[in-house]
Amino acid sequence: MEVILAIMIGVLYAAGIYMILRRSLVKLILGIIILGNGANLLIFLLGRIVKGHPPIIPGSAEVFQDLYADPVPQALILTAIVISFGLQSFAIILIKRAYKVVKTDDLDEMNAIDQDS
Amino acid sequence: MTQQIVLYPLLLQLSLSILLMFFWNKIEIQKIISIAGSVISVAVSVWLFAYIWEHGTQTVQAGNWKAPFGIIFVADTLSATLVLLTAISGLAVASFSSASVVAARLRFGYFPILHFLLLGLNGAFLTGDIFNLYVWFEIIIISSFVLITLGGEKAQVEGAVKYFTLNILASTIFLTAIAVLYGLTGALNMADLSVKVAAIENRGLVEITAMLFLIAFGTKAAAFPLYFWLPASYHTPPSAVSAIFAGLLTKVGVYALIRVFTLIFVGDAFLDNIITVMAILTLFSGGLGALVQNNLRKVFSYLIICHIGYMIAGLGLFTEVAIAGTIFYLIHDIVVKTNLFMVSGLMYRIRGTNSVQAMGGLYHDYPKLSLLIAIPLFSLVGIPPLSGFWPKISLLKAGFVAEQWWLVGAIIFASLITLFIIAKIWAGIVWKDKPVAEMKSNFRYYANLSNLKKTQMIAPIVFLSLVSLYIGFGAEHIQQISSRIATELMDNQQYVNAVLHNVQNMK
Repeated sequence: MEVILAIMIGVLYAAGIYMILRRSLVKLILGIIILGNGANLLIFLLGRIVKGHPPIIPGSAEVFQDLYADPVPQALILTAIVISFGLQSFAIILIKRAYKVVKTDDLDEMNAIDQDS
Repeated sequence: MTQQIVLYPLLLQLSLSILLMFFWNKIEIQKIISIAGSVISVAVSVWLFAYIWEHGTQTVQAGNWKAPFGIIFVADTLSATLVLLTAISGLAVASFSSASVVAARLRFGYFPILHFLLLGLNGAFLTGDIFNLYVWFEIIIISSFVLITLGGEKAQVEGAVKYFTLNILASTIFLTAIAVLYGLTGALNMADLSVKVAAIENRGLVEITAMLFLIAFGTKAAAFPLYFWLPASYHTPPSAVSAIFAGLLTKVGVYALIRVFTLIFVGDAFLDNIITVMAILTLFSGGLGALVQNNLRKVFSYLIICHIGYMIAGLGLFTEVAIAGTIFYLIHDIVVKTNLFMVSGLMYRIRGTNSVQAMGGLYHDYPKLSLLIAIPLFSLVGIPPLSGFWPKISLLKAGFVAEQWWLVGAIIFASLITLFIIAKIWAGIVWKDKPVAEMKSNFRYYANLSNLKKTQMIAPIVFLSLVSLYIGFGAEHIQQISSRIATELMDNQQYVNAVLHNVQNMK
């Protein structure tokens, strides 16, 4: 399980960075989204995967007796997902706006700011 | 009353931005609330600073979850100082933007977002939890995205795409770094991390994690070779927005670098060397970049990068004197950079252009204004006894002691090049005769503004210039503050004790 996840995270990071390096605006956003998903899975993996041991202390005990699944990474992922959701919706509106104003999808042609004014 | 004092700056900014949203279309009321609120925020920050100065590091545990389990807010002297500077810059920009930003932009929630940005900045300075720091960073960048795109002109949108991509990338790397660090230690509280990271035996893994943090914060701080988003975007939004960005956004990156590399990843010669090399190259590339620009705001953008080098230099040397120099430079730089971008906005209002070539004759038309803008310009260069001079002494001294000759050379070179650039700008916009240019018909020139608007634009520049003069002439006080912060940072046990064992460090 861990090995498959680790490979998948690697592929997601690589794909994300490759997409960011493309010249198209849409691929840029897709790259950012994929990269974010890779990061979220990484938190999940590094929080250690424990199967079938919810972090609930049984009524008869005071502290955890057994191995348990760490709930903190899930809280972190949830927060990160919500944040990246907000940022991605902003990004999509931004590229729509950029496409309307600049009238191109090619990042190489976005060079108005390099001209002296 | 003083138990929760750490949270007051945050609560104030949050309630201000919520309050401002209730007056969505009433710009005049928003202006009054924003300026009045910023004055209160300066008062609260002064109070916080005085309290911390008197009673040592304060902490607030959210929801009473004992550290290291809950999210904790920590105000040590560094945090309190930066919160105070944020409030000062915020006040200046609130006043400046109510006169210089056009109503069409203000109508789309400019002021609420500005206060959200200030909330994020205060939060980042005050939090003691690394994941919470990430959340505050996101609040800062999402507010800055809105501010940078507000208006939606062509250049702005293009700049925003670049700004957006690289900042998101940096955030993702930051998140990755947190994930790896959590996997290594199982902790998120920075004081707890400090203890646990020191105990890890596999130093290679720690170094890699530290490098991830360095890349993430280096991008935010605009250090070489990660600064390319900055000159591509900072000159595109209205100058009031650039002013708050220039003063505070890159400095949050510097703050995070200082915090992480004095608390969590300490005493690693390899990392210190990398930071020193980054500092040297930042000083060179920023200075040389500024040299070839003609657009006033692009020149200042490159100077931001150049001067980030000074702050990182102190961190790379990592001695008490060097850190004190870094902190002093940070204090000086926040005030001066905010002021400079407001000056550039004022020049744009006066002449209707950003090009240094097309400006001129300021001394002929506005002699008093020329005298005023001389203060921030020459403070930046650091002509004694103005404010930029003092921290450089500490940095040079630390550089000589550590025998880092390249760094010493870079610091001197960057100072020289800054002097040359500022002299060029001074000659170009103040002394040179005004070139013959047609007046734009639909542009609101400074001369045609009402007296109230003129005051709203000049007053913040005067205010920040006075603060700069105080930093220069009252250098002894600032040096005291910087030395105390440096002592606190070098001896991170104090911070750890305050957070984990709730020990008050009475002075």
